[in-house]
Amino acid sequence: MKMMKHTLTAVISASLVVFSVASNAEKIAITGAQIHTMAAAGIIENGTLLLDNGKIQQVLDSNTVPAGYREIDAQGKVVTPGFIGALTSLGLQEVSLSAGIVDARVDAHPVSSVGAAYDVQFAINPDSSLVPITRVEGFTHAVTGISRTGQLFNGQGAVISLDGEFNALVKAHAYMHVDVGENGADNNGESRAAMWVALNQSFDEAVYAENTDLSPSEAWEGMITRADAKALIPVLKGELPLLVTANRATDILQALALKQRYSSLNLVLVNAVEGWRVANQIAAANVPVILNPENNLPGGFDQLGATLENAARLHKAGVLIAIGMDTHNIRLAPQHAGNAVANGLPHAAGIASLSLNIAKIFGLTDTLGSLEPGKEASLVIWSGDPLEVTQAAEQVFIKGESMPMTSRQIQLRDRYLNRDESKPVGYIR
Amino acid sequence: MRPNHNKKMGVALALSVILLAGCSDDKEAQTTPAYSKSNPFPSTYQRIESAPVVISNVTILDGIGNVIEEGAILLEDGKITSLGDDVSVPSNAIEIDGTGKWVTPGIIDNHSHLGVYPSPGTRSHSDGNEATSPVTAEVWAEHSIWPQDPGFQRALAGGVTSLQILPGSANLFGGRSVTVKNLPNRSMQDMKFPEAPYGIKMACGENPKRVYGSKGGPMTRMANVAGYRKAWIEAQEYQKKWADFDAATEAGTAGEPPKRDLRLETLAGVLDGEILVHMHCYRADEMAVMLDVMKEFDYQIGTFHHAVEAYKISDKLADNNVCSAMWADWWGFKMEAYDGIRENIPMVHAAGACAIVHSDDDIGIQRLNQEAAKAWSDGKRAGIDISQADAWQWLSANPAKSLGIFEHTGSLEEGKNADVVLWSGDPFSTYTQAEKVFIDGAMVYDRSNPASWAVSDFELGQIAQGDAK
Repeated sequence: MKMMKHTLTAVISASLVVFSVASNAEKIAITGAQIHTMAAAGIIENGTLLLDNGKIQQVLDSNTVPAGYREIDAQGKVVTPGFIGALTSLGLQEVSLSAGIVDARVDAHPVSSVGAAYDVQFAINPDSSLVPITRVEGFTHAVTGISRTGQLFNGQGAVISLDGEFNALVKAHAYMHVDVGENGADNNGESRAAMWVALNQSFDEAVYAENTDLSPSEAWEGMITRADAKALIPVLKGELPLLVTANRATDILQALALKQRYSSLNLVLVNAVEGWRVANQIAAANVPVILNPENNLPGGFDQLGATLENAARLHKAGVLIAIGMDTHNIRLAPQHAGNAVANGLPHAAGIASLSLNIAKIFGLTDTLGSLEPGKEASLVIWSGDPLEVTQAAEQVFIKGESMPMTSRQIQLRDRYLNRDESKPVGYIR
Repeated sequence: MRPNHNKKMGVALALSVILLAGCSDDKEAQTTPAYSKSNPFPSTYQRIESAPVVISNVTILDGIGNVIEEGAILLEDGKITSLGDDVSVPSNAIEIDGTGKWVTPGIIDNHSHLGVYPSPGTRSHSDGNEATSPVTAEVWAEHSIWPQDPGFQRALAGGVTSLQILPGSANLFGGRSVTVKNLPNRSMQDMKFPEAPYGIKMACGENPKRVYGSKGGPMTRMANVAGYRKAWIEAQEYQKKWADFDAATEAGTAGEPPKRDLRLETLAGVLDGEILVHMHCYRADEMAVMLDVMKEFDYQIGTFHHAVEAYKISDKLADNNVCSAMWADWWGFKMEAYDGIRENIPMVHAAGACAIVHSDDDIGIQRLNQEAAKAWSDGKRAGIDISQADAWQWLSANPAKSLGIFEHTGSLEEGKNADVVLWSGDPFSTYTQAEKVFIDGAMVYDRSNPASWAVSDFELGQIAQGDAK
């Protein structure tokens, strides 16, 4: 193990350097990189990004560093907007199984009969070890929410920053989630014939509730609770997207048909394993899709059409796609996108599926998703193509601050790379 | 390379293989106890006949640390008969130009539940965990395998040529595992790897105590260990009973043979060294305890599976000659997976221990080359410099050793089974795909010819049958 000790020293000193510059949002010029702006400027080779006061000040196609800027030489590197976890439970769970409360899972509570009322904005834990573990891999933000309620809706999710600060919440009520696939049916009468009636009934009651006083002193005999009604009214107005998990082609068409009954709904499809079969209808309805492009097995009878080309075919039909559905390993979303590219998705669409498209779906484009003057300076310097499994994030910035590129996992690694047999491991830090 | 168009036979090599086979038969006759001799579910695997195949102008990773640039490889009569710069090309050979492409040994996944937890994942298909008792050494995973699981064909498209199918990890002793060739046909026996020994699945930690904590135990880790030891003591008694009977038979004084016990036959088979141990174990401290249990009962743990904390005891694993089968980056889904790190595999390798990349997953098995690539590059960034040629051991040679089939497959060497993958480029890239896959010299997957792709009975006549998977 001796040969590794030198490396460790190098790693430690590198992270110390990063710490020392992380104190506040200074003026920074990142030069020489291939910049994926995700904006009109497209991909700029050998460009310069100027960051000031936590924002992107300028994107230049040359290497000029104005006075007063600290230069970071990123020659041969790639710069992208910070990646955003498209659908995660980050900050809501530390260890999934047999390890205490997981805020991403809800057992039915009387406040809600259909699951719409649950709201994760109160549950975010920015101290979770998953936050730095995800951040060091090029993620600056995440959409996070409930994975299971056993009811009709999976409650309301949020958007969080991964900067580790107490005020991690970027957006509450970022989406409402319902599963109309096999799992949804399983939880709702074990049949689509019950689930869809329950879903329609929930929305109808919410429409009615909008014109009623939902105070405790007024009678309310609805199937949904008052809290559910309050949560569903803005969904019906399109103020937050309704995420609909569906896999079977006909389940997807049923989901699209919701828009005919409730015209202001802002629909987003999730999973959509057979989406490619109805890609034109999805595109015509202008509905984006969040998916896992590696999902190519018939896990159930609603997924017989699973194919590795789902992402590419949807994109080709004009559907906006986002990639990244996981929590502990949401950091692998770039690999998933890379595999979508290997199976026909254009590379630029692969990068967009991890950044800009997610910002579009969740209404974050004022600040996130692209590298343009005035946008938040949340971005990543990569060693190379971020979709290549052998490349890595080298420096992450959130709001112009360079984030420490360390995590509990990296510290564990270094402890055991640097093990000193003369003392117990607890003394190696 | 410059191929010579004339026939050349590796006579010497073929001869040595025959001699070797003779030796091992001999040894078996001397040492195998009576209860292990029966082979009630023999393999009916038959290789597909093929004309010789030559892949030339190709970058070859031989799987045991060497790289041949612009090399060639000849697959003939199911075996690798030649590889290197200069390869003779038989007149009837199928010639494939490998310019810009790479050739590697077929990937061997030593941890799969394909067939026992198949797709679709219905309750009626859930055949991997006999979660009715913590010691079910009497069950055999091969009796649960559904060869029509479409997962086999997906794994083939990812370059997997052999795999071990294991029972799940609910039990201390989950039952026997089986090694199969990734060429499903009508029955499990049709894909069974003829020369492979059996394995036994054991499990440490959380799973047994979670499953049995409210069903009579074990409900703690200490009871897990008591459970293994109790079972080994019974197995020793069973071994002795049969040894005594065998000795009496030899002396002509034997009475009735002891009553067969399926559970103890398997356990005694482990103590005899006939059945290889595959033990699901995440935490370093639990693996260290198991190394002592192993010494107490004088058996060998072949491989710790998952081994999320192997990096903490890589020296002990090397000293005890135990392999670790690992994910590149899975972590945190339960407490015993909390200390997972990305450099686990290269750190185990760097300590001189046997490192294996495994999947335990019907999606992950489709791109194990990418799992190795991640581990390799993460190691490199941490200062552990391993060549790609050495790293490929994680995917073929080391799993083959872990399964006891390395003399047949797992590397590109003359005389070995022609289990080979032709990749579209550097297999450590996300964008590279398996173009052609050969099992025993026959092309069983050809990406460029969709009409040739195998389709399982389950997918026949269904939506998207034969689609790009």
